[in-house]
Amino acid sequence: MKNEWPLWEVFIRGQHGLSHRHVGSLHAPDAEMAIKNARDVYTRRNEGVSIWVVKAADIAASSPSDKGPLYEPSQSKVYRHPTFFDIPEDVGAM
Amino acid sequence: MYAQMIKTASTGVKSREEMSEEERRFQDRIDAGEKIEPKDWMPDDYRATLIRQIGQHAHSEIVGQLPEGNWITRAPTLERKAILLAKVQDEAGHGLYLYCAAETLGVSRDELTEDLLSGKMKYSSIFNYPTLTWADIGAVGWLVDGAAIMNQVPLQRTSFGPYSRAMIRICKEESFHQRQGYDIMMKMANGTPEQKRMAQDALNRFWYPSLMMFGPSDKDSVHSAQSMAWKIKINTNDELRQKFVDQTVPQAEYLGLSVPDENLKWNEETGHYDFSQPDWKEFFDVIKGNGPCNVDRMAARNKAWDDGAWVREGLMAHARKRAARVAAE
Repeated sequence: MKNEWPLWEVFIRGQHGLSHRHVGSLHAPDAEMAIKNARDVYTRRNEGVSIWVVKAADIAASSPSDKGPLYEPSQSKVYRHPTFFDIPEDVGAM
Repeated sequence: MYAQMIKTASTGVKSREEMSEEERRFQDRIDAGEKIEPKDWMPDDYRATLIRQIGQHAHSEIVGQLPEGNWITRAPTLERKAILLAKVQDEAGHGLYLYCAAETLGVSRDELTEDLLSGKMKYSSIFNYPTLTWADIGAVGWLVDGAAIMNQVPLQRTSFGPYSRAMIRICKEESFHQRQGYDIMMKMANGTPEQKRMAQDALNRFWYPSLMMFGPSDKDSVHSAQSMAWKIKINTNDELRQKFVDQTVPQAEYLGLSVPDENLKWNEETGHYDFSQPDWKEFFDVIKGNGPCNVDRMAARNKAWDDGAWVREGLMAHARKRAARVAAE
């Protein structure tokens, strides 16, 4: 039987209230060990206050070839950005 | 550099006409400074070369723990021991970041480990030299980590996303390594005459092996040209070696130590130091397995892997059993 420990992706939330962020991956036999290993590998310098681990095999990802259909439609919708609208200076901060 | 003599899997740089449509698009992305990510299309040779390069880099971090680990139990103070322990732990971490980056290219961790243990894959020649005195720990941090930084800083801009991200993390941590080494050297160089002699002796023994870390001159190498076109190699070996010498010589002067090279001289015209090349015959000999510590290093890695087998298997069996129990409930 194959004995290589499964691969886990590691997400860390830093000190300043931002979302968990992907920092890398590691091998561990189970979730508990994955969190312990993540603490040693990815938080040696106070990088985080919370760790998530997810089995790499359980992550579904978009495919690079879908880049066009997925992201191009938003390119033409410039009105979604506030700078699209000219507000006269007299109106003040908005 | 921790990856030396990486044989680029290619027959040289192709002209645009020789490239397939896919290869052209791939090269355009690299030229535009885009990062290549694991699921993107890439030429087989790019993938193979990167697995070799990142794998060798990872192996070097792991084997590199051995010469320093040698002094953890004998560090002169509790503070030095704690610092060295943290430094060696970082090296393990660096190895792990890099193995993960290599694995995104489709090679497994076990394959990489087995290739190291069988001798099929190499690690940097520098770790086949012994650390005989405490001053060697200073010299390793100052010179060996200094040379590694020289190479790793430009690699933060490498074209392969996971490799670049691993390099960014590593570079952030590496500067602690070099400074703790130089701190040891300062203490020794300003200590008793005997301590100063030890510091000089460490510099004498580690100077040329450190210059070898950048690998032999590659200015005419077609392999190197392809790796540079792919942005998995950013500078030539000679450029980095020169930069290292220029940076390190004044640091040695500050310590009051002399670099063991009678040809070392500031060259007003070039704005660089002239220096002697290391003994390349010795380098190739060490790479072939005949350095002072090759046998010890490989034996230590093999023993660690074999002795740890029951732990790896036991924990996996436990995890499977528990998962099965949860599934049955």
